[in-house]
Amino acid sequence: MSASKRARGSGGSLWQIRAAIDPRQYWLLALAGLVAPLVVWLAASHLDGIDKVFLPGPADVLTRIWSWASDDDLTADVAISTWRVVAGWALSAAIALPLGLFIGSYRAVQALLEPLTDFIRYMPAVAFIPLVMLWVGIEEGSKVAIIFIGTFFQMVLMIAEDVRRVPLAQIEAAQTMGATRGEILEKVIVPFAKPALLDTLRVTMGWAWTYLVVAELVAANSGLGYAVLKAQRFLQTDKIFAGILLIGLIGLLIDQSFRLIHRKAFPYLAGRQR
Amino acid sequence: MTASIDIRDVAKTFGHGARAIHALEGANLTIRPNEFVTFVGASGCGKSTLLRMIGGLESLSRGSIAVNGQPIGGPGVDRAMVFQHYSLYPWLTVADNVRFCRQLKAHTRDRTSADVEKAAGRADALIRLMGLSHVAHAYPSQLSGGMQQRVAIARALMSRPPILLMDEPFGALDAQTREVMHDLIRHVHRIEGSTIVFVTHDVEEAIYLGQRIVLMAPRPGRIDTLYDVPLPTERHQDMKLAPAFLALKRAILERIRETSGMKTDLEQLARLNADAAATAME
Ligand SMILES: Nc1ncnc2c1ncn2[C@@H]1O[C@H](COP(=O)(O)OP(=O)(O)OP(=O)(O)O)[C@@H](O)[C@H]1O
Ligand SMILES: [Mg+2]
Repeated sequence: MSASKRARGSGGSLWQIRAAIDPRQYWLLALAGLVAPLVVWLAASHLDGIDKVFLPGPADVLTRIWSWASDDDLTADVAISTWRVVAGWALSAAIALPLGLFIGSYRAVQALLEPLTDFIRYMPAVAFIPLVMLWVGIEEGSKVAIIFIGTFFQMVLMIAEDVRRVPLAQIEAAQTMGATRGEILEKVIVPFAKPALLDTLRVTMGWAWTYLVVAELVAANSGLGYAVLKAQRFLQTDKIFAGILLIGLIGLLIDQSFRLIHRKAFPYLAGRQR
Repeated sequence: MTASIDIRDVAKTFGHGARAIHALEGANLTIRPNEFVTFVGASGCGKSTLLRMIGGLESLSRGSIAVNGQPIGGPGVDRAMVFQHYSLYPWLTVADNVRFCRQLKAHTRDRTSADVEKAAGRADALIRLMGLSHVAHAYPSQLSGGMQQRVAIARALMSRPPILLMDEPFGALDAQTREVMHDLIRHVHRIEGSTIVFVTHDVEEAIYLGQRIVLMAPRPGRIDTLYDVPLPTERHQDMKLAPAFLALKRAILERIRETSGMKTDLEQLARLNADAAATAME
C-alpha cells in the first residue's frame, strides 16, 4: 500500500471492515440516517390522493404535539410513562443483577435457574395481562409488573452471559494470589463485567420502552402508550404518530446518555478495536 | 524466599469411562529449593496439567504434591502463577495491576504502616526492574504483548512468592523480545531466590533457562526423561551456540520426536503425496 493511501488513514476507506471513521463523518452519516426517512415521509404525505387520516405529514404531527402540550397534559403523560418504564426496568435490574452474577459464577445455580428462565422468557408478556390484573390489581403496580415481566427474564440471561465472559486466567490469577471467593466476585468478576453490564442495562431499557404500550393496555388513563391507544379509537392518526415519535425520542435520549456514561466510566476501553 | 516441591505418584484423568483422558500417569519429581526447572514435551503431554496441579488450580486424581513437606490443598500465596495471556486486569493501570494482591485480605493481615511502606517500595522496585516506569499509569490494552507479560511477572512477584509457576509465558512473543525476557527472568531467579517451574514447547528456551529439564511424553501423559543442563549458573546468549548446548538440544528434540508419534504423520504425508502423484498421472 502506498504511503499516501495509508496517510489518508481513518477517513480514507469507509468500506474497510470494522475500520474506524472520523467523528465528523460519523455524525454526518448519523444525521443523514435520521433526516432521510423524514424527507421520504414529507414527500409521501404530499402525494395526491393520500388522506391525512391515512398518513399525516410531519407538520400535522408537530401541530398535534404542540396542542397536546398546550391543551392536554403532555408533560404528565411523558412523566408517568417514564416513571412506569424506569420503575419496571429498575426492579428487573435490582433482582437480575445479583441473580445473573450467581448464575454466571456458579454452575449449580446455573443448572437450577437457567433452564427455568429460558422457559419463561418465551412466554409472551401480553399473555400475562389477565394474571397481572388478577394478582396485582389495576393500579400503577400492574403496569410496572408488565414491564418487569417483559424485561426481567431476558435481562437475567444476558447478565449471566456477561459474567461468564470473564477470562478464566484472570480468575485463576486472583486465586493464586490468595483471593477468597468473595474477593474474586468483588474485585475481578464484577469490575471486568461492568462495561458489558452497562450495555445490557441500556439494551434492556430499550425493551422496557417497547412494553410501554402493552403495559398501558391495563386500565390506564394516562401515559404515552395510553394516548396512542386512545387515539387509535378516535382515528387520530397524527396523535398515534406523535406518541410513537415521542417514545422513540425519549428512547434515543436515554440510549445516548447510557453511551455517554459508558465512555466516561470506562476510559480503559477507549481506542480499543474489538 | 524459596521452597521445595515434592510430586509423588501424581495422576490426572479427565472425564469418565470410555471417554476418559489420561492426561498424566504416575508422575514423580522432587524440585529443590531455588531450582529452575523447565518442562518440555509434545503438545498434549500434560505439562500444563501438572503445572496447574502444583498451582492448586487442578485437582489430583491420585498421588500428592507437597511444598516444603506440607501437602497442598488448592491455590496458595506461596505459589504464584504467570499465564500465557489475558490474565491482566484491563480496568487497572500497570501499577495497580502490580499492586493487586495488596487489595486482598491474604496479604494485608496485621499490616503496620511499615509494611505498607515496604510494599509500596517493592511495587516501585518491581516496576523499575521490569522496565515499566514509563508506562506505570497506562492500561494493559495500551501495551505490547511483551510489556504485558512483564506486568504479569511483576504482579506475580509482588508478594515474594517462594515458588513461581509459568505456563508458556513467552509463547506469544517474538524472538527478540523473548531473549530479553529470558535474561530478565534469570535475573529474577537469582535475586529473588524463588523456585521456578517453567513450561515451554521451545527446547532452546528450556535449556537456556533451566538448571534441569523435565521431558514429558504424551498418550498417556508422563514424565519421560530428566536432563541436567551442563551450563554454568551465569548464562548469556552466546552459550546457545556452545557444543554442550547444541548436543543437549539435539538429544531432547530427538526424544520429543520419538515420543510424540509424529512418525505416523510423516507416513501419512508420504501416502498422500503418492496418491496425489498417482492422480496426476491419470
Ligand atoms: N479441562 C480438561 N478437560 C478435559 N481434558 C483436558 C482438560 N485439560 C487438559 N485436557 C487434556 O489433557 C491432556 C493434557 O493437556 P495439557 O494441556 O496438560 O497438555 P500440554 O502438555 O500443556 O499441551 P500444550 O503443549 O499443547 O499446551 C490433553 O489431551 C488435553 O486434551
Ligand atoms: Mg499447555
